[in-house]
Parts: sequence; C-alpha cells; structure tokens
Amino acid sequence: MTPEVARRLLFQMKRIRFVEEEIARRYPEGKMRCPTHLSIGQEAVAAAAGLALRKDDLAVSGHRAHAHYLAKGGNLPAMIAEIYGKATGCASGKGGSMHLIDESAGFKGSTAIVGGTVPVGVGLAYAIKLKHGEQVSCVFMGDAVAEAGVFFESINFAALKKLPVLFVCENNLYSVYSPLRVRQPEGRRIYNMVEAVGVPSAHGDGNDGPAVYQIVSTALSEIRAGAGPRFVEFDTYRWREHCGPLYDNDLGYRTEAEFLEWKAKDPIPRLERRLIGDGSASQADMDRMRVDIEGEVARAFEFAESSPFPDAREAYTSVYSGGGEQPSPLGS
Amino acid sequence: MAKDPTVICIGLGVDDPKGVFGTTLGLQQKFGPDRVFDMPTSENGMTGVAIGAALNGLRPVLTHQRLDFALLSMDQLINNAAKWHFMFGGRRAVPLTVRMIIGRGWGQGPTHSQNLQAWFAHVPGLKVVMPATTEDAKGLLLESIFDDDPVIFLEHRWLHNLRGEVPEGDRRVPIGKARLMREGSDITLVAMSYMTIEAVHAVDYLAAKGISCELVDLRTVRPIDWPTLESSVRKTGRLLALDTGFTTGSIAGEIVARVAMSCWDAFKIAPRRLAMPDVPEATSPALTRHYHVRAEDIARAVGEMLNRKLDVSSLIDQRNHPHDVPGDWFKGPF
Repeated sequence: MTPEVARRLLFQMKRIRFVEEEIARRYPEGKMRCPTHLSIGQEAVAAAAGLALRKDDLAVSGHRAHAHYLAKGGNLPAMIAEIYGKATGCASGKGGSMHLIDESAGFKGSTAIVGGTVPVGVGLAYAIKLKHGEQVSCVFMGDAVAEAGVFFESINFAALKKLPVLFVCENNLYSVYSPLRVRQPEGRRIYNMVEAVGVPSAHGDGNDGPAVYQIVSTALSEIRAGAGPRFVEFDTYRWREHCGPLYDNDLGYRTEAEFLEWKAKDPIPRLERRLIGDGSASQADMDRMRVDIEGEVARAFEFAESSPFPDAREAYTSVYSGGGEQPSPLGS
Repeated sequence: MAKDPTVICIGLGVDDPKGVFGTTLGLQQKFGPDRVFDMPTSENGMTGVAIGAALNGLRPVLTHQRLDFALLSMDQLINNAAKWHFMFGGRRAVPLTVRMIIGRGWGQGPTHSQNLQAWFAHVPGLKVVMPATTEDAKGLLLESIFDDDPVIFLEHRWLHNLRGEVPEGDRRVPIGKARLMREGSDITLVAMSYMTIEAVHAVDYLAAKGISCELVDLRTVRPIDWPTLESSVRKTGRLLALDTGFTTGSIAGEIVARVAMSCWDAFKIAPRRLAMPDVPEATSPALTRHYHVRAEDIARAVGEMLNRKLDVSSLIDQRNHPHDVPGDWFKGPF
C-alpha cells in the first residue's frame, strides 16, 4: 500500500467516523425520524473495500449501510438529507437511513431485510457477465446474513455461473442483541462454510485497514481475471446500540469488558500510529484531515437542515415508473 | 427475445424436454444458454437475481411451474421488486416479468392449484395480469415484458391448450384495460382467466333463455379497469363478480365493494360474487366434484338475481368429459 493510498484510507475511516458521530450527537434532537444503524468501530472494512473497488464497480448493502455508501463514493449531503427526510435526499425522502442509493457512484441500493440485497448483487453481476463487462458487483453483508436461506441460494448461483461478485462480510458478533453463539455453531467459521459451497474465501482482521485493503484487492483482481466469485470475512465490532445513537453496554447482552477490549483495537488510531511511525503522514496531515472533514460534514448537515421537505403529494408518486395507476383516494 | 437482446428467460425446467407445458420449447436453441437457462431450486434467491439483473439493464422473464412454488419468493417480490422504484424515489425501475401457473383439477390438490392473485394485487408496485384468450396471452405477455415495472403474469393451466386467433407480429395489449367479451343489458358479469371461459358458456346459455348478460374479462387484476366496470353496471344495474380464487379477500370481493360504493344508486339488487369456497382444494376427484365454480353455477346465480327459475341441465350435459379436466385431451400427469 502506497503512502498516498494509506492516507486516503485513513481519511475515509475518519470521515465515516465523524459523520456517524455527528448523526449520533444530533439524533436526540428528533429531526432524524427513522431507524438509524451506526457502524462506528467498523469503519476500516467499508473504507478499505471502497478504496479497493473501482468507481464503476457496483455495490449493494443492508440496513447498516452509511459507511458502505460513503466509502463507495455516495453523495454525503444527499445521505444526510435522506436521513432528515428531505426532498433533496438520495431517495427523495422515500427511503431514509436504511434505503440509500447513489447510482452515479455505483451504489445500487441498500435495503432493510437481512440478506435481501445479496441475490440482487448477484443479479447485477449476472448482467455484467452477459454484457461482458469488467465491473465487479460488491455485496456488503453482516454475519447474520450467513443464516438466511437466500444467502446460500445466492452464493450457490454465483459459484455455478462464475459471476464477478465479491461478498464482503463484516462479522461484528451481534445481530441486534443476539450473539453469534446463539445463532451459529461454535467453531464453524462463515468463510469456511462459504468455501465449502464453492466460493473461494479469505478472512482477516477487520480493524486493520491496510490488511482489509490487501485481502479485498487480491480478491478483486482474481474476480476481474475471470475466476468467479470471492467471499471475504472480517472480524470487527459495533460500538453502539444496534439501532440508534447510544451506547448500550448497560443492557447486559454483552459485557463492558468485551466492549473495552474491542475499543482498544479502534482501527483509526491504529492506522494513525502506523502512518506517523513509518513517515507516511504527519501530525499536520492529521490536523488537515480533521479540518476538511469537519467542514464537509458541517456543510452536509446544513444542506440537510435547510433543504425543504417533500410536498405531501409526493407520498403517492413513484409507485410505478410510468406514473401508472393512481392510488385510491382515502375512503374509496 | 428476438426483438430485444436484453430479454432473458429463467426458470426451473425452461429448457427441459417439457418446456413448462410447451411454452418455452426451443427457446434455448434459438437464443443460447446465457439468455435461456434452467436454474437452481432457489425461488427466492433467483427472484433476487432476476431483480438485480433487471436493475442492471436486462428484462428477465422468470417462470414458475406453479404459483405455489413462487410463494418462496414473496420476500424478494414484495420487499424488493414492488418497492424498489418507490423507496429509492423513482431512481430505478425493475422491468421484471414473473410467470406463475395457476390451475385446478386432476388432483393438483392443496399446494399445486392455488389462485392467489389477490395476494399480489394487494401490493402497490406490482402489476398483475390474468389473460383468458389466446390473443391476450400473447399481447399481454409482450406488454408485461416491455413494461418497466414488475408484472406478475398468471397463466391458468386449463388455458394452455386453448385454440384461438393470435395476431402476427409485435401486437401488444395494454395492461389495465378490460375486454368486453359480450355486450348485454340485464346484468354485468366480471371474470378473469379461466373463469371467463366458464362465464362465456353460461352467458351463451343464458342468451338462449332470453337473458342478456354483459361479460367483462378483467385481463388485469392490478390495476383494475374501473371505468369499464362502472359504466357496465350503470347500464345493467346488476353485478355478479366471479373469481378463480378463494372467496374471502378476493378480487371479486374488491370489485363488489368498490362498485357498490361508486355506483350505489344504479343497483337494482344487491351485488353478488361467486368464488372458490374458503377451504383448500382437495386431491380426490370425489372431493372436487362440486368444489369449483362452473358455468351452471354462474347461470343459476344469474337466474336467482333475475328471479328466473332455470333448468341448467343442458349446460351440464353439453360437457362430455370428467369434471376435473378442461377437456378429454387432458390426460395428466400434471
């Protein structure tokens, strides 16, 4: 990894962290009126994968998608405006935090049903293959997706047709409040299981940005060489509650000690120390990143806050692409 | 498929020797295995794959040998296909056609015969098509494939061997427009799919008895062509809604409700509906003998609504084949 790429990786991780901390800080104001899932603590996977992907590659994600959207190049002000329910949102206020889209960045959509976009990402890859394209379709997913039937159906078909699709699994150990141990048998690793289905797989430390970048880049070059799908799993940890802005270690479903152990593995200072240590970046670089990010994020929130809400009539539009059927008036 | 290289055909058995009741025979030879292919037994996953392909420039036609199998794909159909255009603010449509075969008889039983059109018609974002005639089967399938939104295309197994005129070339039938099968003045009958065929037999019998029925073939059950239904009921003052599905929550029920609300002053008597009873279809022919709505049931109901006592035995007698097949030509096995 060149110093330039390493600095961009750090910048993206810091940027995603700052965006989500700002969402958390402002959430209690009650203006962001939708379920919001933060990935604070997990930024390294999204940032490194986003950096390894090309701009014209495609990506889909699930409910916890802010980081994937931003890392793929999704428009920040449009995302914040979407969470605020504004007309300028990336989905015009119809989707909220869980339904992000920015096709200009190749981010084809995130949805709220666990595993729901996995086959969609595989279908994107089928179309790429049919058109002899060189793009890769990237499916971002969590550990619980590997429990859904549709996941097995999807990886089976991807393997069968040797499709250009990369599955990036963030294993953060929890699905809502349910730990991995009550959901999957002990000792069985997701990447081993996927390998057995016929998709070559790799595994790494999800809090080590450069390591993620290396693993994802290798997988992508194999996919682009026509080798078929790849699956990569990264261990990481979500710091805050499943849904919402708070810490929830007081609930008792996980321990404070476990949280502190993972917090000590925070991917951001870890990469900072490394870059300063090997001379790739200076403290002045860090300061400049902070100023740039704070400015960008402040402008994004200002954009969202000052944007208009959609007209109430918009609630009834876009059900069909051609306008199509008029919705029933109330009482009919 | 010849007209547009982005059209692809996916489904269990689309390239097998039976070709989904003959409907896909020869397609793979003509258009190749990348565009026409058999698939893993993964209805939900493959529906998602078809959605993804549709989001990326293709027009997939996904085929299920029975609607009952497609129930495994409800998540992808309802949460993704039907919502995508709306929930992303109109940024990307899903040009997907899903063919599902519905049916009855020959022991298809509880899980191989269901007519669940009302489920799909309930969902904003889907269009639901149910042709009855050969011309409409072609015209509506073409229209569905080239429509930019997801369309559920329901084919009744008993219609696959129907013979009739089919216009040559790219002749499409618009979605959302009903067909006036018979013009009449005494009562409006509304039907869809195979029920339209039963209704035609009843209407022709009733005509010979001096009862003039107007028969509307819905052709699509979402959206429904309300203006055609309402103007017919305003003319006749009587409504009998027919349905191939279960009675409760049926399309027929929706039609009775909506037309009663919009044309209340036009009604001479209360509207009625005839649909399947609210019990699953059994397998034994002994248990299905009186289960389905047939032409004689329709004729009898019309007679009751017009205070006419009718002897419908001639309608029953003209059918010279067992009750559980569409004709003598049908020998099973599925």
